[in-house]
Amino acid sequence: MTLESPQSGKRFLGRGLAYVNPDNLHGQLIVIEGSDGVGRTTQLGMLRKWLEVQGAGVVETGWTRSALMAQTIDFAKEGHKMNLHTFNLLYATDFADRLEHEVIPALRAGFIVLADRYVYTAFARAFVRGAEPDWIKNLYGFALEPDLVLYLNVDVEALIDRILVSYELDYWEAGLDQNPGLDPYDSFVRYQKKLLREFGKLAKDYGFHTINAKRDIRSIQLDLRRHIAGYLGWELTDEVLIPNEMSSPAAAAPSM
Amino acid sequence: MSKLCEPHEFPGRLIVVEGIDGSGKSTQAQLLQQWLSSKGVRVFFTEWNSSLLVKNTTKQAKKKNQLTPTTFSLLHATDFADRLFYRVIPPLKAGMIVIADRYSYTAFARDTARGVDPQWVRDLYSFAIKPDIAFYFRVPVDISLERITSARMKLKFYEAGMDTGLSNDPLECFKLFQGEVIRQYDMMTKEFDLHVMDATERIVVQQRQMRATVERIIGDYLDRKNGGSRQRGAAQAASGEARNR
Repeated sequence: MTLESPQSGKRFLGRGLAYVNPDNLHGQLIVIEGSDGVGRTTQLGMLRKWLEVQGAGVVETGWTRSALMAQTIDFAKEGHKMNLHTFNLLYATDFADRLEHEVIPALRAGFIVLADRYVYTAFARAFVRGAEPDWIKNLYGFALEPDLVLYLNVDVEALIDRILVSYELDYWEAGLDQNPGLDPYDSFVRYQKKLLREFGKLAKDYGFHTINAKRDIRSIQLDLRRHIAGYLGWELTDEVLIPNEMSSPAAAAPSM
Repeated sequence: MSKLCEPHEFPGRLIVVEGIDGSGKSTQAQLLQQWLSSKGVRVFFTEWNSSLLVKNTTKQAKKKNQLTPTTFSLLHATDFADRLFYRVIPPLKAGMIVIADRYSYTAFARDTARGVDPQWVRDLYSFAIKPDIAFYFRVPVDISLERITSARMKLKFYEAGMDTGLSNDPLECFKLFQGEVIRQYDMMTKEFDLHVMDATERIVVQQRQMRATVERIIGDYLDRKNGGSRQRGAAQAASGEARNR
């Protein structure tokens, strides 16, 4: 097993950051995408632990958690003070702050960066709201191209159940800015359907690895590990994929 | 296609003043506003970096010097978008004149001087509408520095471009950084059809020049505004006569 970088250096999605040399970024950027309620957080936690057991240094990064913007975004969401452009720009600013202060330094130091959502979430949300695709793509042109995008995919019915059980419907998550006057539940269903459709298109355009997230947590986790280990050039043995915490006999998938 | 390159279709008119700090552009914008108001035109004034949405974030972040060239650029674009849609376009729709103290060209000059990609920042602002007239107040960096330091004695961190690390000495850094901003403005005058003003001239001379340019370019609009009120007055007088008869 080796922790060497399978490919050295990175590329930007668009015009990039002129003052950052992407060739020095030797870590790996691994993105987990998928709607709310799909179980990203649980899966990420398990992945982190697994990677650390393998000896890899891991840094996690989320969506809209930057020190710079978190408060402003909350403020703007609360009063519905956003229009299409400020909505996209606020999220892009937040993302840029995290990219430059967390992700890039970690990659430079050779860490594996696990990103809970990435620019594709912003793309999907913006496209659903009718933003001009070229403008959005240029806006995020400073983002690094991930090494791997793992997309946790479920159908809208499964998603609705999960979200209703574990979250309160929030104004933006229910897409009520899109459907003023509509019942929150109906608005939510309509909005999430559109989002999933956009994600489906993005998966094709950007070469996501789509993972069926309708299964149990463990099967999903094994799939994720297989993709990551494969990318890193690790052996796909039980010893690598299922050390300790998952190693009950039933855990081994037949193909291993 | 960028909206910045096509004429807008609003009934109002947008006038922009651009230039580095200490170029005197705000003074000139105010004098222009006085003149237009005195002619009976309704004028709305808007300044760079003034929207409530991001003002506090920008202020705090600047205080802690935690902005990168890209986040600096994005925060200002957010502020701009907020003001454009709530404070520039509505008065233009209502047929007013909007005077903007700094516009997207400030971002093109400053952000590029900080090292962001010039095309990226232009595309970022492609939703902005094209001004009817954009004045650029050109001033040598030494004169700008003299005006600023004599007025408040202390250079601000980002204004001096201290984040760029061009020099550890604020005065020296200001000169290097604002020198680059001026170079960027100069390269833009053709690209965006900026009216270059000699900002070393006497205030009154500059203002007269400005007014002449405004008359020349939006004379139709000003006549219509004046003519409109004259006509209304005449119509009222006529109907008054009719009633008297």
